[in-house]
Amino acid sequence: MKNTIAERIFDFLKDYPPFNLISKETLLEVSKSVEIQYFEKDQIIFNQNDTPHEHFYIIYEGAIRLYRFVDNEKHNLDICDEGDLFGLRPLIMQESYLMGAAANEETILYGIPISLFNSIILNYPKVSQFLIASFATNTRDPFSDKHKGKLFANVSSIQKIENSFAETQSAKYSKNPITCNVETSIKEASIIMTKHIINSIIVAKDNIPIGIITDKDIRTKIGTGIFSILDPVSKIMSSPVVTFPEKITVAEAQIALLKHKVSHICITKDGTDQSELVGILAEHDLNILQTNNPMFLVREIKYAQDAETLKHIRTKASELTKGYLEQEIPIYFITKVITEINTAITKRIIRLAVKELGQDPPVAYAWLAMGSQGRSEQLLMTDQDNALVFENVEDEDYERVKEYFLKFSTIITQKLNIVGFEYCPANIMASNPKWCLSLKEWKAQFKDWVKHPTSDKILLSIIFFDFEYIFGDKELYNQMSESVFRYISKKQTFLGFLSKATLDNPPPLGFFKQFLVEQDGENKDHFDIKSRAIRPLVDAARIFSLHHSLKVNNTIARYEKLMEEEPQNKDLFESCANAFKILLQFRTSQGLANKDSGKFVDINNLSKSDRLKLKSCFKPIKNIQDSLKIRFNVSQIP
Amino acid sequence: MFNFFKKKKYPEYWQKHINAVKNSRNYSNYESIRFVCLDTETTGFDYDNDRILCIGAVAIKNNKILVSDSFEIYIQQEVFNKETIKIHGIRRNGTEKKVSEEEAIIQFLEYLDDAVIIAHHTKFDITMINEALKRLKIGPIKSKQLDTNFIHKKIAQGNWFKKLFSLDELCEIYNIKMHDRHTASGDALLTAYVFLKLTFKYKKNNVLNLTDLINTNYYLNK
Repeated sequence: MKNTIAERIFDFLKDYPPFNLISKETLLEVSKSVEIQYFEKDQIIFNQNDTPHEHFYIIYEGAIRLYRFVDNEKHNLDICDEGDLFGLRPLIMQESYLMGAAANEETILYGIPISLFNSIILNYPKVSQFLIASFATNTRDPFSDKHKGKLFANVSSIQKIENSFAETQSAKYSKNPITCNVETSIKEASIIMTKHIINSIIVAKDNIPIGIITDKDIRTKIGTGIFSILDPVSKIMSSPVVTFPEKITVAEAQIALLKHKVSHICITKDGTDQSELVGILAEHDLNILQTNNPMFLVREIKYAQDAETLKHIRTKASELTKGYLEQEIPIYFITKVITEINTAITKRIIRLAVKELGQDPPVAYAWLAMGSQGRSEQLLMTDQDNALVFENVEDEDYERVKEYFLKFSTIITQKLNIVGFEYCPANIMASNPKWCLSLKEWKAQFKDWVKHPTSDKILLSIIFFDFEYIFGDKELYNQMSESVFRYISKKQTFLGFLSKATLDNPPPLGFFKQFLVEQDGENKDHFDIKSRAIRPLVDAARIFSLHHSLKVNNTIARYEKLMEEEPQNKDLFESCANAFKILLQFRTSQGLANKDSGKFVDINNLSKSDRLKLKSCFKPIKNIQDSLKIRFNVSQIP
Repeated sequence: MFNFFKKKKYPEYWQKHINAVKNSRNYSNYESIRFVCLDTETTGFDYDNDRILCIGAVAIKNNKILVSDSFEIYIQQEVFNKETIKIHGIRRNGTEKKVSEEEAIIQFLEYLDDAVIIAHHTKFDITMINEALKRLKIGPIKSKQLDTNFIHKKIAQGNWFKKLFSLDELCEIYNIKMHDRHTASGDALLTAYVFLKLTFKYKKNNVLNLTDLINTNYYLNK
């Protein structure tokens, strides 16, 4: 029997992943069993913790917002629109929804029966990979409220998914943990821990967690003789504890552990430290789940004895990155993890270099990262951009000290190179005598750049003013950055020069709202996403941050900080941050798909919706450039 | 005696239709009512001389359009009208599998079961179907009927004097993407969308039940 309605549904589905991966006959069968539902604005499709529906959904028309309550606070996680999937949880595991979904506007949904789709998943591994990837993006995004899954949902980037979707699972933790009270002596507590073979014990009052003692506390505070074993546990406990509600995902747990630099999280009824204790989640609980998780790697790095081992770990980390990208984990999270790992590697190498020299540094110093590493925006393997500052020394000692640090830096850059960070082609490295300077010299140099901004100095400013502290004496770094802010506040026209330099990249839309593409050469008709879209946003964030003396380097973090600094321009900065996130992920997925840097985008190969999304990022660029022009009097710059 | 004789002559499928509607227990609870949105393509607009070429329909239950519960049938006809081919695109010897009018009616009534019929300008479609039933010496159709045109008029503000709204106009008003206009199934699906949106609007000021919905009809009430 002819079925015109099912054919129309087929026509819609076939353009969207994962349905485009399914054979025509099978998809037609799927189309025949679709349920169509209509929702008015703000109507709820399902609530967080609802039992799973028999369908998952694709948006035919309209938009759906996904949200999650944590600590009774609502977090909007994502807005899905036409062609996006949601409500996939029951397809993957028989658990209630972790998020709620509501219509953001009038919406028509196609409900796809899960029972039917389960057999398809078995027959089409790519479909299941895609669904798991979508599932992963939808269930986790504690950082950005505007992560658009669809833009990157080109199936070509999903070649393989080795990492399980474990990260989005609810984390497993030990229920009914052992506790003691504030008056318990350390000795008694240790006996309880030994008896139960546990490495931590929670100090609680009426089952409300107050503090925690771990093996480490006993080692560092008792073993060293600072406290007596007869002292009460309250003397040595860490307090307050880090708490989370019962439904914590592995990803949330990982981030919390990294963020608070703790090894245990207390799980409480409502997630605050004022409510009843229900469990304890240890770092160890997560490691069992995944051996190549970031924290595990960071720990391995700490114990690595040579550059080759670090290289091996770094390779594992880049596999992890690829897995994250394939699973379409938000870019902000990925860059954070990668930066964490790169920093750990650099630190370890510096320690190894000191050991190799067999001689401690003669004076205090700080190792600095520049450029994208300085901004914590590195994703794939990139060049090294680094510098070194050392304490001011007497003139007669200068040669000797500088010689040491140059030798020191050369070892470090060599080792970084072995690990996989290419040498900087422009030689912006601490091993270059020009960028291995005393504090005094750095200050003088910065002052000169700000005072006499010739074009080469502006270029250097752009690279160096994103410097970030990596290792050593933080005070030196602080003094450097404060000097930059001081010079700039005295000479605001400098920011005009910086603005003028960035405005030389015109907004990416032409007069007729067409993409400005390259006119000739190898990349003719390609859009240079890096110089025309990403760099203007990075530059603008830097200029505004320097203006406000903000000590942050990451572009997204800068815009977020600027939203606080200038509440009147909140919308502008927010739109820039969102555009930046989208562009960064776009570039990365392009780079992965084409196996290149992702710098150029072939406009003709983009789907219409991707093109629209890309275009939507350009308006903020134009707005922020206009704002730079006015704010920093660019017209008066020669 | 005469009545009894007549009753006996009813074909089984027709008796089944009568019983399905009469004995249905589904009408009292809105969630359990099965609605069938239908549309017909015909050779023209003359009840006496024109014929049905195609019936397309899709069911709604509990505010969901069930694609799995849809119906589409093409009917072999002797009557033919060159003018309307332009509208519905069904040619006399087209590729669609066609059945006799009686076979189509049997299948349609079976599909219909106890459902409440929804159409746009229901009177036209139902009259065409009733004419076909008459040719089979049965009818008229027993199913309860609704008309999106009248539900709209009940809740719409403003133009009380405009008697009729076209399906195109309603799609415009309720912001429904139009595609497949003038295929029976396509129009049936559009009608289904209109109906879902109408009932959502209707619910805001009225209790949603079948009796009240039926009361929006001016002429179909019996």
